[in-house]
Amino acid sequence: MSLQRFQRLNFGLPFLWMALFVLLPVAILLMVSLSESRIGVPPYKPLLEWAEGRLVGVNAGFASYGQLIEDGTLALTVVESLSMAGLTTLICLLLGWPMAWAIARTRPEGRGPLLLLVMVPFWTSFLVRIYAWMTILGDDGLLNSLLLGLGLIETPFLIMNTDRAVLIGMVYAYLPFMVLPLYAVLERLDPALLEAAGDLGARPLRIFFSVLLPLSMPGVLAGSALVFMPALGEYVIPDLMGGGGSAMMGKMMWDIFAMTRDWPGAAALAVVLLASVALPLALLSRLKRRLEGDAA
Amino acid sequence: MSVFAVRSMAAAAALLFSLVPALAEEPVVNVYNWSDYVAKDTLERFTKETGIKVNYDVYDSNEVLDTKLMSGKSGYDVVFPSASPFFSQQVRAGAYQPLDKAKLPNAAGLEKMVMATLTKVDPGNEYGLPYMMAATGIGYNVDKVKAILQEAPTDSWKLLFSPEMLAKLKACGVSLLDAPTEVVPAMLLHQKLNPLSESSIDLEDAMKALGELRPNYRYIHSSKYINDLANGTICVAHGYVGDLVQARSRAREAKKKQNIAIFIPKEGAEVNIDVMAVPKDAKHPDNAHKFINFLLRPDVIGEITNQTGYANAVPASVKYVLYDIKSDPVIYPPAEVQNKLFTLQVPTKDYERSRARAWTKFRTAKK
Repeated sequence: MSLQRFQRLNFGLPFLWMALFVLLPVAILLMVSLSESRIGVPPYKPLLEWAEGRLVGVNAGFASYGQLIEDGTLALTVVESLSMAGLTTLICLLLGWPMAWAIARTRPEGRGPLLLLVMVPFWTSFLVRIYAWMTILGDDGLLNSLLLGLGLIETPFLIMNTDRAVLIGMVYAYLPFMVLPLYAVLERLDPALLEAAGDLGARPLRIFFSVLLPLSMPGVLAGSALVFMPALGEYVIPDLMGGGGSAMMGKMMWDIFAMTRDWPGAAALAVVLLASVALPLALLSRLKRRLEGDAA
Repeated sequence: MSVFAVRSMAAAAALLFSLVPALAEEPVVNVYNWSDYVAKDTLERFTKETGIKVNYDVYDSNEVLDTKLMSGKSGYDVVFPSASPFFSQQVRAGAYQPLDKAKLPNAAGLEKMVMATLTKVDPGNEYGLPYMMAATGIGYNVDKVKAILQEAPTDSWKLLFSPEMLAKLKACGVSLLDAPTEVVPAMLLHQKLNPLSESSIDLEDAMKALGELRPNYRYIHSSKYINDLANGTICVAHGYVGDLVQARSRAREAKKKQNIAIFIPKEGAEVNIDVMAVPKDAKHPDNAHKFINFLLRPDVIGEITNQTGYANAVPASVKYVLYDIKSDPVIYPPAEVQNKLFTLQVPTKDYERSRARAWTKFRTAKK
């Protein structure tokens, strides 16, 4: 095989992959979202109407998007998804930064085991871990038994089936995605910079805000993106740990899809979700490029 | 040509004709059913008797089946959707082929009342025959509820919808099904309105009453209650009787034994009939009919009832059903309860939409 052919293959394969498994599904989603709902198989009208080989009509429109805006579904969904995902990201950042810093400051031979501890949960199924949390947080679960046993509370503390439980579950599930990129950045940080800042009279807080935090920004951004994006579309944790009041994207899409079998409506919401993930991602990557530009 | 020759040729022709469809179809039937919804030996017996191999897949929600049917190519020959709202919508969408009653002699043994109920969603019983059925009811923890409410109305929707009761029961946990098609008619019954009403005023009334009760429900979910009722996390659950029966038997086996009781509210309740139907694109419709006919045989379906705990619609099967099951008033309700069971008809698109919208608003309301 000539080098040229190899290069062409090298370029072609990923492109084919993207086209087949990313662009095509998105195109189908977009198509369904623009079509009109009907009673039939499939439950939406084809976008283009053909008769005798000629195009006789186009049934595309933004009616489904209009409906979502009009009945308030879109606003409710976007606000709840963004706030739950945002809160999850923030808490992960507050917990993850010190964790990553602590690991990065450990003696090199100690770092491996600590990193392993961060990653070990991935070895068991996600669902099993969520069920474990359900037994920990349950009304007569481990946590409540412990608190009751110690005499700290008199009646069980209700956590399961509330938004608190959902948040705990989401922070738990996504924390490793914050810690790992932060660690990667903090580990490479030259300790001499901290000493220099200290020698120049900066107090710890000043060192953190003027030196550490700005230098860890690429890790903060990468970690936030890795937590925020999947958290936006989280379906299982609100379903299993929440009180059935979730208005996050996944659940709302399911409701539209299953309750009124309005495929175009559900597809429209999915397209909006996709856009709301793509937009912050684009912003982040621009921000990151600017940061790197500054550093250079 | 002798008479004998003519006769034997006719016989050969008849045999040939009867063989044609059987030859045209490979001896396979693709079945898509709910999990744990046949007896252990049902499929084996069918294959032994007919020589037809059963490819058996299972699902655990109507929505999963619906999605497969609605995308047009399910690949299945027999499916088991719930009559309302799923089967009724699928019939209207044209997802099924009409059943050939001539190939289903055992269908004659089906209970007339159940067939009549099904005509509401499938006029003329053209596309589906009843398989198993169960009402929607309420399960409760006898000891926990009694400890809070001495005179709890454990025969009425009041246990789920009366504001005074709920204010007290809230402490031990009350759950609601995540299905407007179940909750709204139940609330209408509680308000002494027609549960089948599609008037927007009735809907508004029901949703207003529900909205005020929202903070009292521990959660709204259609399956979590099975475990939670069994282990005592909640004390009152709105649920499907089949699931509640499961919770009741799990509670007996649990480490911390809970005493669970179930009732079908006296005001009336919905009955969920799971239907056997043949998708339009079925590749083995003949075998599908044979399979359905087999399932309708009294000894076969009686054994399925024994092992699943669901009532069937074949009265002649009762002699094969275990005493514990046929004497259980929530599985085989007495006539006066049966008379008050109902099925929803196909809703208008507008009503369905406004009900879904009202439900989302109720469900997601913040405490």
